[in-house]
Amino acid sequence: MTAPVIEDLLRALTPQVLGALVRRHGQFEGCEDAVQEAVLAATVQWPAEGVPDNPRGWLVTVASRRFIDQLRSEHARRERESAAAAEVVPEDVPDTDDTLVLLFLCCHPTLTAASQTALTLRAVGGLTTAEIARAFLVPEGTMAARISRAKQRIKAAGSSFRLPVGAEREERLRVVLHVLYLIFNEGYTASSGSELHRPDLAHEAIRLARMVRAQLPEDGEAAGLLALMLLTHARREARTTAGGDLVPLDEQDRTRWDRALIDEGTELVKAALAGPALGPYQLQAAIAATHADAATAEETNWPQVHALYLILERIAPNPMVTLNRAIALAETKGPQAGLALLGTLDGDARMSGHHRLLSVRAHLLEKAGDPAAAYELYRRAAKATASLAEQRYLESRAGRVRT
Amino acid sequence: MKFLISMHINPAVLDALTDEEKAAIGEGHGAFIEALKKSGELITTQALVDPSQAAVVSVRNGQPVVTDGPFLESKEYLGGFYLIDCENKQRAIELAAQIPDTAIAGLGVEVRQVMFAEGQLEA
Repeated sequence: MTAPVIEDLLRALTPQVLGALVRRHGQFEGCEDAVQEAVLAATVQWPAEGVPDNPRGWLVTVASRRFIDQLRSEHARRERESAAAAEVVPEDVPDTDDTLVLLFLCCHPTLTAASQTALTLRAVGGLTTAEIARAFLVPEGTMAARISRAKQRIKAAGSSFRLPVGAEREERLRVVLHVLYLIFNEGYTASSGSELHRPDLAHEAIRLARMVRAQLPEDGEAAGLLALMLLTHARREARTTAGGDLVPLDEQDRTRWDRALIDEGTELVKAALAGPALGPYQLQAAIAATHADAATAEETNWPQVHALYLILERIAPNPMVTLNRAIALAETKGPQAGLALLGTLDGDARMSGHHRLLSVRAHLLEKAGDPAAAYELYRRAAKATASLAEQRYLESRAGRVRT
Repeated sequence: MKFLISMHINPAVLDALTDEEKAAIGEGHGAFIEALKKSGELITTQALVDPSQAAVVSVRNGQPVVTDGPFLESKEYLGGFYLIDCENKQRAIELAAQIPDTAIAGLGVEVRQVMFAEGQLEA
C-alpha cells in the first residue's frame, strides 16, 4: 500500500477506532488523544512494515494501550492505586459505526465554530493537529491549545456518548451540517498564503458529508448539503485563472466544470426535493443545480433561480439571500427592480458597509447604465473586502467601467 | 479570522505613569497572553524597541540612504502587536478591550483583519 492509500485508510478508520475506544473506556478526552497517537504511530510503521491484517483491530489495541498507559501515569502522579486501570480488560468491541455520535460530540453547542471545526477534523476526519494547523494557517501550538480547550469544555458540559434524541437531535444535526459547511467554505475560499502542503479542506468536507449522508439516508438536508458541496466543487477549475484571478460565474468556461460531480449533485438534489421537508441546503443546492444545467450563462433559467431564492428567503430569512435574489430579479425584471430590492437592505446593520452589498449594487448600476456610480461602489467594495483575490477582481471591474 | 491588534504608544504618556501603573500594564499583558494561549487564539505577539532606535531607509539613485527615525512626525508610535486568530471581528474587539493600554488616555489600540499571510507561523 502506498502512503496516500494508507492515509485514506487511517482517516476512514479514525472515527471507528475512537468510537470503539470511548465505548470501552469512556472519557472522550483521553481516548481522543490516544487515538491520535495510535494514528501517528501507524503513519510511521505501516508504510515501512506493511499494513496489519486487521488495521482497525491494530489501531484499537495500540490506542487502548496508550490510553491505559496514560491512565496509569496519571494515577501514579496522584499516588493512587491504579485499580481502575487494572480493571480495564480488552473485550470485544461492538461493531457499531459511531461516526454520528462523534460528530454530535465534536459539534457541541458550547464550543465556538472554530473549535467545532478543528475538533471535527481531528476526531472524525483523522487529520493530525499539524495538518489542521496548516489548513487554517496558524501555528501548531495555537491549534493544539484550541483542541485541548474544546475537549475540556465538552467534558465540563458533562455530555454523554450517545445520540441526542427528539428535538435536540434535530437542532444538533443542524449544527453538525453547519460545521461541515464551514469546513467546505474554508477550503473553497482560502486565499491567503501558499497552497502548498495545505490539506484540501473542501475535499475533506465532502468526505465527511458523505459519511453523514450514509448514516442518515432519509435526511433531506444531509443530502442537500452534500449536493451543494458537489455542485460548488464542480466549478473549482473554472472559477480562477492560472494566475489566481477570480472568474465570475457568467464568464466561466463551463466545459471545465466537472460533469461527474454535477451529475451526482443533481441526482441528490432531485431526490431530496421530492422528500417531505425542504431546507436551506436543499434549496441552495437546487439553485446551484439550475446554474449547472445551463450550457452557457445566457441559457440560465433565471425565473427558476429567483423562485428558489424566494422560497429560501421565506424559510430562512437572511440579508445575504435577499442580496442574491436581487441579482436573479435583475436578470428577470431588469436592473432597476434588483436595485429597488437592494434598497430594502440599507437599514440592515448586518449589511452596512458589507462589500457584497456594495459590489452587487455596483454591478446592477453598471447594468443600468450608470458607470460613474458603479465605479465609486466597486472601489468602495474593493476596500471593504478581506480577500485579496476579490479585491483584485473588484478593482478590475472598477477599471472596466471607467474606460 | 486573523486580526492584528496594534498598540500605538505615546512615550510621554508612558513616562508620566507611576511605577505601580507601569507594573499593572506589564501584568495585564502577561495575563492577556496567558489567556490567549490557553484559548488557542494567539498566533504571536511582539513588542518593539523605542522609536528613537528606528532607522529610516530609502533608496535614491540606486543608493540606500539611512537616517535616524522615526519616520512619522507623531506623538504616537507603533509599540507592538498581537496577531490573533479568532471567531470574528466582534471577538477580536472583545479581546482588544482586555489589553491594559485601552484604559489609558493617549494610548491607542487598533484592530484590523489580516488580508494576506505567508511564511512560517511557528512563533
